[in-house]
Amino acid sequence: MAHDPTPFERFIQGIIPENPVYRQLLGLCPTLAVTNNMQSAITMAGAVTFVLLCANIITSLIRNLLKPHLRIVIFTLTIATFVTLVDRFLAAYMYTMSKSLGPYIPLIIVNCIIIARCEVCASKQDVFTAASDAIGQSMGFALALASIAGVREILGTGMFFGIRVLPAAWPDWVIMALPPGAFLTFGLLLGVVNFIESKRAEKKIHKG
Amino acid sequence: MEQMKNNFIVQAWLVLILALCFGSSIASINLALSPIIKTNKINETMEKVPELVLGINGAAKLAISGKKLDINSQMVTIERKNSRISYKVFQAINEEEVSGWVVKASGQGYADKIELLIGLDKTMESITGLFVLEQKETPGLGSKISQWDFRKQFVSKKTKSPIIPTKTGASASNEIDAITGATISSRSVCSIVNVAAKNVRTALAKTPFKINQEK
Repeated sequence: MAHDPTPFERFIQGIIPENPVYRQLLGLCPTLAVTNNMQSAITMAGAVTFVLLCANIITSLIRNLLKPHLRIVIFTLTIATFVTLVDRFLAAYMYTMSKSLGPYIPLIIVNCIIIARCEVCASKQDVFTAASDAIGQSMGFALALASIAGVREILGTGMFFGIRVLPAAWPDWVIMALPPGAFLTFGLLLGVVNFIESKRAEKKIHKG
Repeated sequence: MEQMKNNFIVQAWLVLILALCFGSSIASINLALSPIIKTNKINETMEKVPELVLGINGAAKLAISGKKLDINSQMVTIERKNSRISYKVFQAINEEEVSGWVVKASGQGYADKIELLIGLDKTMESITGLFVLEQKETPGLGSKISQWDFRKQFVSKKTKSPIIPTKTGASASNEIDAITGATISSRSVCSIVNVAAKNVRTALAKTPFKINQEK
């Protein structure tokens, strides 16, 4: 690419073309671990959005002061601070959710999506671009979590956001709520996304 | 050459300043939020007391009958040769009779501190329930200590002989099945329970529980 991506390009790329989960295969630990129901998936996505947005903005603001060999330390420091804030906030105001997410909130510190965005975008571009990149990528992450959690919660418990959507006669596929269900759902959805993407690429070649 | 000496500090000034700013902001947020988090924990403890003392069925029956347990709490301190250990102990009273005790105890787990609520019967001779208030054990392995399948093994165990986790299938009355792949976590929970039950029993035998001394 000859020019740096514009804020709008950054925003759009994060959602589908460069979706952090389906296209970059980053942040898979929370993707697999907290997607057995919609509520925890959305809380997780919200926490990641806050951390990513704040970390991107701070990194972008200080990007001219960064020394190449110290940049990772600074990224980690920034990310860890905001993750701790989110963790305390959830423990204070959403206690049961904080308990059910358990160690996965502190584990956002090592979520590769955030450090990748600091490295790829925020440390090179201005604040506005970094912020729209953060929002785009978080929406992509939220979309991925919600798609997996939706499938798993509906098939696993017959419910959606804790409300019954399938008839009571539905034999709950317990495996979908358990860890294997996460891998099955993720694999199948990843296959679907790849299939669509390859069809699109074919079309482009034919047109070109 | 003089500059080389300074170099490390000069290069790291941004890291140092950021660390100071971030550290102080986390500290102030924690100062503001910790009372709320503490209240949340106390509320959770109070909610769990009936279940821990009376069992799940007993707590459900109590809730249906519309009655409530009276709960008194007190810090119990054990003096050792070179250390002091304190436990928060809750006394559950049902119709003016002590129906059981709940002890809050913590200890080192595999990853971080494990905090437990241990339910004991009125004579403190057997365990009536176990609940994990806080743990940061490995997800999927050690974190199973908070599941009912693991916790139920402690119910009606005697406190006289220490509870031992085993990998070969529990057979003796004081054995429980350890979690596969989480031997340390299982062992930590057992030792926290053993030590706390013993300590609180001896401490209360010396100095009886004072009702309503501290809420």
